[in-house]
Amino acid sequence: MNLIRIVARNPLIQILRSPAAALRLNARQWEDLLWLARGTRLSGRVWYLLEQAGLADRVPGPVRRRLSSAFLAAEYHRRQLLWEVDRIHRAFHGSGHSFVVLKGGAYAAAGLRTAMGRPTADVDIMVPSEAIAEAERTLLGHGWEPVVADAYDQEYYRRWMHELPPLRHRVRETELDLHRGILPLTSRLRADAESLHRMSIVLDDRGTRVLSPPDMLLHCAVHLFHDGEIRGALRDLVDLDALFREFGERPGFWTALVPRGIELGLQRPLFYALRYTAYLLGTPVPQDTLDAADIGRPSAGILAFMDWAVPKALLPPLSPGEMLLSSGAGFCLYIRSHWLRMPLVSLSKHLARKFVRRLWSSETGIRDATR
Amino acid sequence: MILGDLTFEEFWLRLSGPGVGLRIGPFNVRVQDGQQGLFAPTFHFLYSDFPLLSDDEPAEFRIRMRDPTGVRRWWRRQVQFRLDDTDPFYPFPASLAYPLFEWGINWCIYEHVHEFFVIHSAVIEKGGRALLLSAPPGSGKSTLCAALIHRGWRLLSDEFALIDKADGRIFPLPRPVGLKEKSISLIQSFAPESRMGPTFADTNKGAVAHMRAPGDAVARAGESALPAWLVFPTYGAGAATALSPVTKALAFIAASDNSFNYKILGETGFECVSRLIDQCECFDLRFSDLNGVVDALDGLGAGRSSVQ
Repeated sequence: MNLIRIVARNPLIQILRSPAAALRLNARQWEDLLWLARGTRLSGRVWYLLEQAGLADRVPGPVRRRLSSAFLAAEYHRRQLLWEVDRIHRAFHGSGHSFVVLKGGAYAAAGLRTAMGRPTADVDIMVPSEAIAEAERTLLGHGWEPVVADAYDQEYYRRWMHELPPLRHRVRETELDLHRGILPLTSRLRADAESLHRMSIVLDDRGTRVLSPPDMLLHCAVHLFHDGEIRGALRDLVDLDALFREFGERPGFWTALVPRGIELGLQRPLFYALRYTAYLLGTPVPQDTLDAADIGRPSAGILAFMDWAVPKALLPPLSPGEMLLSSGAGFCLYIRSHWLRMPLVSLSKHLARKFVRRLWSSETGIRDATR
Repeated sequence: MILGDLTFEEFWLRLSGPGVGLRIGPFNVRVQDGQQGLFAPTFHFLYSDFPLLSDDEPAEFRIRMRDPTGVRRWWRRQVQFRLDDTDPFYPFPASLAYPLFEWGINWCIYEHVHEFFVIHSAVIEKGGRALLLSAPPGSGKSTLCAALIHRGWRLLSDEFALIDKADGRIFPLPRPVGLKEKSISLIQSFAPESRMGPTFADTNKGAVAHMRAPGDAVARAGESALPAWLVFPTYGAGAATALSPVTKALAFIAASDNSFNYKILGETGFECVSRLIDQCECFDLRFSDLNGVVDALDGLGAGRSSVQ
């Protein structure tokens, strides 16, 4: 992969690396930027970065209108997230449950800059493993309903996953994932959920909790590089970059990060997070931290594969040729993520089942109707 | 330079190559491909008064009307509306490419435009004062709008009121006016001078045709207007024309219900509706006969509201 070539052709990556790059774009490149930013759902974030850099006035009118509109939509989601957290408090009131808000909800609740321009209203919370059944019952009694009716999927979540089948609120239609940890029960990595709870931080007098800064970052890294699909997940890499930059200003963060990663057994995803944010987005990381994180370096063969696949899968393809490579790389990474997540026998059964079902259901999805 | 300055051949070359960039109201739109059915001639006819974008102006919506890639195209030709890499609708039969395009533009606006407070409403203007006909689909607002713009009102939009969040003024978005079923012949006999595109039978909304936006309305697309009347029309077969005042409270609820981004704009949305309701006299309108409505609303435009 030739980074210089990718950056030269991709105005989205240019602006994410350095907003001042916006000053050099011509009309066609601005159009490409809108197309790339909409496709990766980063329009609102791009607007936030341009505004923070004092460049909002330098953006051509049509582009400014689209990016700033996306930012307003993201602000709506941010308000919704805060409201959802409020509603969960209300549901749990008097029950003695304590919950930790994860991901986007946590960024919003903690007032992080990372939350700005981020378009999602789905909430993730984590409760102690022994309290999860009761927490689910409580939520079901307060207007949340299961999204997944299919018995196989329900069973799959409950048996293997670190979260229960998603819930959706009957009236507000926001989704809620109830976690007992940050990794599937079958995963090749284990992160001690109790330790995550113990180190979590109380934000307010209602007892809203979020993970500590290193844990928040490690969770994001695990989500992208161990558990999730990497293809098309540039947004998650942008989250990592934002968290590194924001927490990096806090005293003690960089020195605590790698030891905490090792303690939780997450040095591998942390290594990838540091490597690919620095490489693709130019995230500033102290040399000491990079050296220490080397403990998570995989074998030369795996690293060569990841260096080949990750950028292709993460970056939005600009041409049909790149599209093909991106699909190929994405597919390899998809297999890898399942491999990391489940023992081989269960994995093959699961994928076979999903494949058969996809054949059946490919014609039945419903898209937005005409108006 | 306007689209009509291009010969059809020049237009066709642009469409099948780099795309045709147009300014449609406040929006810069680029359209590519569009080789299906009657798309190109219909588009060229209905948008011929619209200004072309110059080379250094970026488009905010880059749209491709393209053939889907599936195997179906070998026995039945279809068309897809694409914004960037997303196709929000299922493919349509190729013959319906043009109506799909108009619906697709609507989708772009109600999904992506939050720089304005946006209400589902036709808007017409007289003497610098705007009249909003706000209603859900099927209540006859496009028909009314098409009739009134042939009786001295200027077309601002037949679908969206784009309200400036800072001062409450309404920005014009003149586009071809979509008419359905019986409305098509009704308007043709009411205003024989109107210029209609082809009729597309068998869309999922029945027969659809598009009336060309008056050239004057397109030329004045930069002139915003202050809202003065908010009217909620209902068509009732055989109903006598009745314009009755609506309380501000009810009008507030109806206007926020008919808005696309009231929730997204949060407090700003609330302020926009409040200001609109303060600026406007609000009426319910029951009607069946177009001439009756024209007289009743002309009364408003002339400043002698019959019900005040």
